[in-house]
Amino acid sequence: MIRVKNVDKSFNGTQVLTDISVEFEPGKTNLIIGRSGSGKTVLLKAIMGLHDVDSGEIWFEDKLFNKLDFTGKKEIRKEMGVLFQASALFDSLTVEQNVRFPLDMFTDKSPEEKTERVNFCLNRVNIINVNHLYPAELSGGMKKRVAIARAISLNPKYLFCDEPNSGLDPLSAILIDELIKELTKEFSMTTIVNTHDMNSVMENGEKIIFLSDGVKCWEGTKDEILHSDCDILNDFVFANALAKKLRLEEE
Amino acid sequence: MLRFLSQFGRYVLLLKKVFSKPEKPSIYYRQTMQEMIYLGFNSIGIITIISFFMGAVITLQTAYNTENPIYPTYLIGLGCRDSIILEFSSTISALILAGKVGSNIASEIGTMRITEQIDALEMMGVNSASYLILPKIIATLLFNPVLTIISIFVGIIGGWIAGVTAGVITSEDFIYGIQYAFIPYYITYSLIKTLFFAFIITSVSAFQGYYVEGGSLEVGRASTKAVVFSSLLILLFNVILTQLLLS
Ligand SMILES: Nc1ncnc2c1ncn2[C@@H]1O[C@H](COP(=O)(O)OP(=O)(O)O)[C@@H](O)[C@H]1O
Ligand SMILES: [Mg+2]
Repeated sequence: MIRVKNVDKSFNGTQVLTDISVEFEPGKTNLIIGRSGSGKTVLLKAIMGLHDVDSGEIWFEDKLFNKLDFTGKKEIRKEMGVLFQASALFDSLTVEQNVRFPLDMFTDKSPEEKTERVNFCLNRVNIINVNHLYPAELSGGMKKRVAIARAISLNPKYLFCDEPNSGLDPLSAILIDELIKELTKEFSMTTIVNTHDMNSVMENGEKIIFLSDGVKCWEGTKDEILHSDCDILNDFVFANALAKKLRLEEE
Repeated sequence: MLRFLSQFGRYVLLLKKVFSKPEKPSIYYRQTMQEMIYLGFNSIGIITIISFFMGAVITLQTAYNTENPIYPTYLIGLGCRDSIILEFSSTISALILAGKVGSNIASEIGTMRITEQIDALEMMGVNSASYLILPKIIATLLFNPVLTIISIFVGIIGGWIAGVTAGVITSEDFIYGIQYAFIPYYITYSLIKTLFFAFIITSVSAFQGYYVEGGSLEVGRASTKAVVFSSLLILLFNVILTQLLLS
């Protein structure tokens, strides 16, 4: 369980997040949605401690995460897997070394155990026979998969994904969404996904919060999202032709 | 001015982070070895070529400016040696390395910043500043003096070949000249300067890259700034160090 309480964040005087409070439950794919620039990435990075918040609290279970020092944060970060928007694979390392990196940093496993774990994770995301390639030699979809493999290598309790299917073709995008959903169930993770893609919202959104200009305007599930009376949310949701059609059909 | 002070403050804070205790020393060792190759070994070529031609030009210019029978010709060798040791092999090489190594460091680290690789490192409990920058600083501090020594030798050889080929000095006179009134402290002075310059190039360029915000345009800008600022600082410290070390 991750709890965000009254979080404010500004950059050089510009308010980016205003009084955000929300709870994310385990075993669920939680979505943060909103137009680009609405503050999704900043919120996610604030939760991970990559941005210091101006005020407010971020709790991981019973630990007040944003008040811990580097070592304290590190203890909890051990349990976090992250899929960054740009994949963030290390350019200078091979696929295998990338997935191995967190194991090297956080565990004292033997080299054989690490190799075994690396192969397990790569297999789990259907990446085979590319262990010795460099990230620059992979397609966008493969990079995301390798990044997911790296994110789950330590068996994390929390999984954070920033726009996991941006820049992918529709089919790869769906596959990545499904993979994240499956992994969340399989390892009972608390997963938070940033997205502006209505397909993944309708597919994955067990719990959704909607951000607009750094304010949480709405919270609910995918079944509720088509029937909200929040205007800005409706503008966002029904910008998509398919969603419009769905609503018309229902009416 | 205020901007400059706040930038300087950020630079000092970054250095503090760079020099905090490393978590896994073994990984740093591997990184340092790699950086020695990337930043040091791979610069041998350019330093050799430039030193050779600079040595040649310095010798010819010294020769043509002292075409006066009062001066014995071996002074050409001496002049060539001293210009190379005192200025060329430390300062000019540093300026060239600022262009090559500095832009390389700033764009590498800057790209890692905008593609969130630095965030990824932090998430894996790694002190990213130290992990990315310390190996580069150690590698250049260790390797740049080697480059300077190479530059001195190659420069003098370049001068010798050019002088003899152009017929402005005999081989014997040149060799006599480069040994005449040799002051070993000049080498020390040159190496001390090299160490300062290496630190300036690496830390200033890394600083420019580490705090990039935005996209590839900003990375390009950071890399230009890295070259400009480290070159200016090299020129400034050249004056300061010369005053401190030679007066
Ligand atoms: N490091 C930063 N410094 C200053 N402003 C930032 C920074 N990161 C994000 N912002 C601003 O915060 C706002 C929200 O950005 P972001 O969270 O990236 O949006 P998105 O919802 O598309 O992920 C934007 O207006 C952006 O310009
Ligand atoms: Mg974003």
